[in-house]
Amino acid sequence: MIKTLLERLRQGHRTIPFPGKEPALPDLFRGRPEIDPSKCPDGCRACAEACPTGAIKTEGGVTIDLGRCLFCIDCVDACPAGAIAHTRDYRLATRRREDLVLSGKTLELAKALDGRMRSLFGRSLKLREVSAGGCNACEADVNVLNTVVFDLGRFGIQFVASPRHADGLLITGPVSRNMKLALEKTYEAVPPPKIVIAVGACAIGGGPYVDHPEVNNGAGGIVPVDLFIAGCPPHPITILDGLLRLLGRIT
Amino acid sequence: MTRVANGEAVETRAIPRLPMEEFRATVIGAVEKGARIAALFARPPEMFVVLAHGLDGVLSLAATTAAASYPALTPDCPQAHWFEREIAETWKIVPEGHPWLKPIRFLSGAPAVTEYFQVRGEEVHEVAVGPVHAGIIEPGHFRFQCHGERAMHLEISLGYQHRGVERALAGGPDKRTVHYMETLAGDTSVGHATAYAQNVEALAGTAVPARGLTLRGIGLELERLANHTGDLGALANDVGYLPTASFCGRLRGDFLNLTALLCGSRFGRGLVRPGGVRFDADAAKVGEARKRLAAARRDVTGAVDLLWKTPSVMARFEGTGTVPRETCEDLGLVGPAARACGIERDVRLEFPSGIYRFAQIPVSTWGTGDVFARAYVRWMEIERSLEFVEEQLAQLPAGATREAPGRIEPGRTAVSLVEGWRGEICHVAMTDEHGRFGAYKVVDPSFHNWIGLAMALREQEISDFPLCNKSFNLSYCGHDL
Repeated sequence: MIKTLLERLRQGHRTIPFPGKEPALPDLFRGRPEIDPSKCPDGCRACAEACPTGAIKTEGGVTIDLGRCLFCIDCVDACPAGAIAHTRDYRLATRRREDLVLSGKTLELAKALDGRMRSLFGRSLKLREVSAGGCNACEADVNVLNTVVFDLGRFGIQFVASPRHADGLLITGPVSRNMKLALEKTYEAVPPPKIVIAVGACAIGGGPYVDHPEVNNGAGGIVPVDLFIAGCPPHPITILDGLLRLLGRIT
Repeated sequence: MTRVANGEAVETRAIPRLPMEEFRATVIGAVEKGARIAALFARPPEMFVVLAHGLDGVLSLAATTAAASYPALTPDCPQAHWFEREIAETWKIVPEGHPWLKPIRFLSGAPAVTEYFQVRGEEVHEVAVGPVHAGIIEPGHFRFQCHGERAMHLEISLGYQHRGVERALAGGPDKRTVHYMETLAGDTSVGHATAYAQNVEALAGTAVPARGLTLRGIGLELERLANHTGDLGALANDVGYLPTASFCGRLRGDFLNLTALLCGSRFGRGLVRPGGVRFDADAAKVGEARKRLAAARRDVTGAVDLLWKTPSVMARFEGTGTVPRETCEDLGLVGPAARACGIERDVRLEFPSGIYRFAQIPVSTWGTGDVFARAYVRWMEIERSLEFVEEQLAQLPAGATREAPGRIEPGRTAVSLVEGWRGEICHVAMTDEHGRFGAYKVVDPSFHNWIGLAMALREQEISDFPLCNKSFNLSYCGHDL
């Protein structure tokens, strides 16, 4: 027992001060991409051609669909003019799917739930996680929100085992054909009113598996989604930021 | 049989085509003499086998023509059981006499075969779990045959994560290929990307610069450190010992953040590319990594040491979920699960490639085959990986990090093995006459090991399932592909 207590003292307090203070992110962190169209050579489509998921469109100005973006480096490496770069902006959550299509420099970040929903869930939100066909990286970085580092419980948010105890679903993965029924049943089992959060490129738009006949290109076509959190996988801070925006704890 | 080294390519037409009878006898005979099936797959109209000869450090390849059916290998060679089920499901080639021929992934739609192995008798009952589980974990279905609290048999039914990756790999490499590799199992991005890179390098005849090889090795060991640390925390959590669970939960993140220091991604996305690595580390970054590694070493040692000194933890770990060594050998388990049965099976020792040809990591084994052994092997591997990463960071070779691969040769077969944190990752790339992948076979370590979990649960309390499961911590997506 004394050994346990001594070790506890030695390990110290490790919870980060987010959202009070800005998080520490690695130098190479790939957040919201930024395009400088003034640098684009005429008729150049190099970034769009390099993009593995077709997230970049060049017709009528360059746009990046962050719902499809894998936050890889392929477009940056392909650009001959250095017109595209990742910023360190970790805030990538929106309320509407179309808001993830980035044309300017800013993103219409998620607004809080409206009055009644916010009064119901604002201080206590129980979520059931459904993993549906992804690679388990989103699941892993959702899971770490429960560690002492992020300490999700302090915001009143908790992951629960039964959909009957939940206020909503947090979905990861493109929704494989083999998980569609289980997702539908889990959604049905959550008592209304309920919310749905899609985390990661797969759950938003199919991710690297977009248009595979084995998947459904995300959760949106199966259940109504209230919050989209982009990334592949999103950093835990990005997920936490999204959840707190939905609850009106960050504005 | 054609002999090939890890990360080497041969002419596909040079692989001997044996009549089925001889093919069977060759595989069964080799496995009896200690070889292991690393991959067994079909590329109709042919069927290929990759045998791993650990003691000699070589792999061997053979092929046969697969008709609509053939006499199954499984009754004489249990290691083939899951491979033959996969072949039957994917290509409709029937292994006659297979004792339990069911689909493993349900390629043609949601779980269609719902008949499970059943035990009948008074007071025997069945427990069904999943696909949606209680925690934040991947989907799978578990069917237990129980007598009271005692589980007599567990059948594991997967496929919910099937997303058609292996199918989509054929015809590559293209702009999605490397991203498929990094998401075969998201917690093993560096492992699978390295296996892929080795194959491309073998097919294109690329020599990776020493600095690139070293940084890859560092990435792979950091992946092991993060996952092993997380697993020890999860094991502590499952026996209700929260101090280590909480410390390790945080420390796992410290190792992930070290990977992010090197490449911007906690999961090593973008780090490994054919020909080397995408990101270099300057002196300042190496210094920072060494400082953080030393701090993490101190904390993880303190956190894990508590496990071995806490009798309530040891009482739950010892003697739970034992896999006998013979079972492990018969089924060809890999990774920490095999080393916990006292078997010296580790790609880094047996088939070293990349940096492991120059810097050996001793193999960690323990002989008891129980949850304790699987936990303790992980701890020993943490210590050794820490030493390895510290050593490599201290003597990082100068020079380039990447040599861009040239043209991929047509008509060749390359085999690549990597010791991922779960065990042996095997990738087989076969190019067609245009230098595209005619077939690309992926064998995640979980493919070998799911049956090990089922065996570990025999005659156990059903309430020990979470603990046994965590002690294997297998990948659903890596299996389902």
